[in-house]
Amino acid sequence: MEEIKEQVISLPRLGEPAPDFKAVTTHGVLKLEDFKGSWLVLFSHPADFTPVCTTEFIAFAEIYPEMQKRGAELLGLSVDSVSSHIAWVRNVEDKTGIKIPFPVIADLSKEVSLAYGMIHPGQSKTETVRCVFIIDPDQIIRTILYYPLTTGRNMQEILRIIDALQTTDEHKVATPANWQPGDMVVVPPPNTQEAAEERVKQEHECVDWYLCKKKL
Amino acid sequence: MSCINPDGKPTESGVKMLRALDSGLEYPEEIAKEVELPLFRVRSGLRELTQAGLANLEDAKYRITDKGGENGIKGK
Repeated sequence: MEEIKEQVISLPRLGEPAPDFKAVTTHGVLKLEDFKGSWLVLFSHPADFTPVCTTEFIAFAEIYPEMQKRGAELLGLSVDSVSSHIAWVRNVEDKTGIKIPFPVIADLSKEVSLAYGMIHPGQSKTETVRCVFIIDPDQIIRTILYYPLTTGRNMQEILRIIDALQTTDEHKVATPANWQPGDMVVVPPPNTQEAAEERVKQEHECVDWYLCKKKL
Repeated sequence: MSCINPDGKPTESGVKMLRALDSGLEYPEEIAKEVELPLFRVRSGLRELTQAGLANLEDAKYRITDKGGENGIKGK
């Protein structure tokens, strides 16, 4: 009887180290460790020379200066060759005047795509879906977003998540629904009865002891 | 390769990094500031320059090699 072997790859999860990689990109061979100390937004797109991906690349290029202000780098990926990537980014610049300033991984072997769970066979067996991995300066995965092939990503949401994560790290607070920089933040809930009683006496805006907000 | 051309000569960014090494800078962080390139580009570039024998890495410090110095970095 023929033995069927199926390789099970554990998908990356929040709070875990980002899977290591060494990959050919439009900016030469890059390793994950090259980004140590910076925030990294690793994103995949289905294919070069496709319409939604082109709008996304232009949008990513447009937010790149905002990323840099936040100490974040961008790194794209698809299962295309480096020659295809180069031809596409040159075409985008030629047709729109927008230069793509970030590197793009040519993941022909699908090594990185599989390690990051970027291929969802229910959507496509050969293309990566629209994934976003936000990786912190210690190379821990802090956010994972998946979008279907037909839906272009929201760049402002990606920036908002970086702002929220950086605010959380700096001030040890959480951020409420629809939070934007400058809005009130959520104070961590108290974990003892005494702390709960003290909390309501403090100058926070409290709905009750477990939901208090403050200005930074 | 981003810092080495197929003919083995350094690219424009490779030359910039070699010049920074020649001026005495040793660490990727200070070289990135000097050449105004992202740190990840400098780290990968220095790795390529090292593999090509144009720079070497010792005790976490990069230095230009004689071969690196011969690659036309003077007066460019």
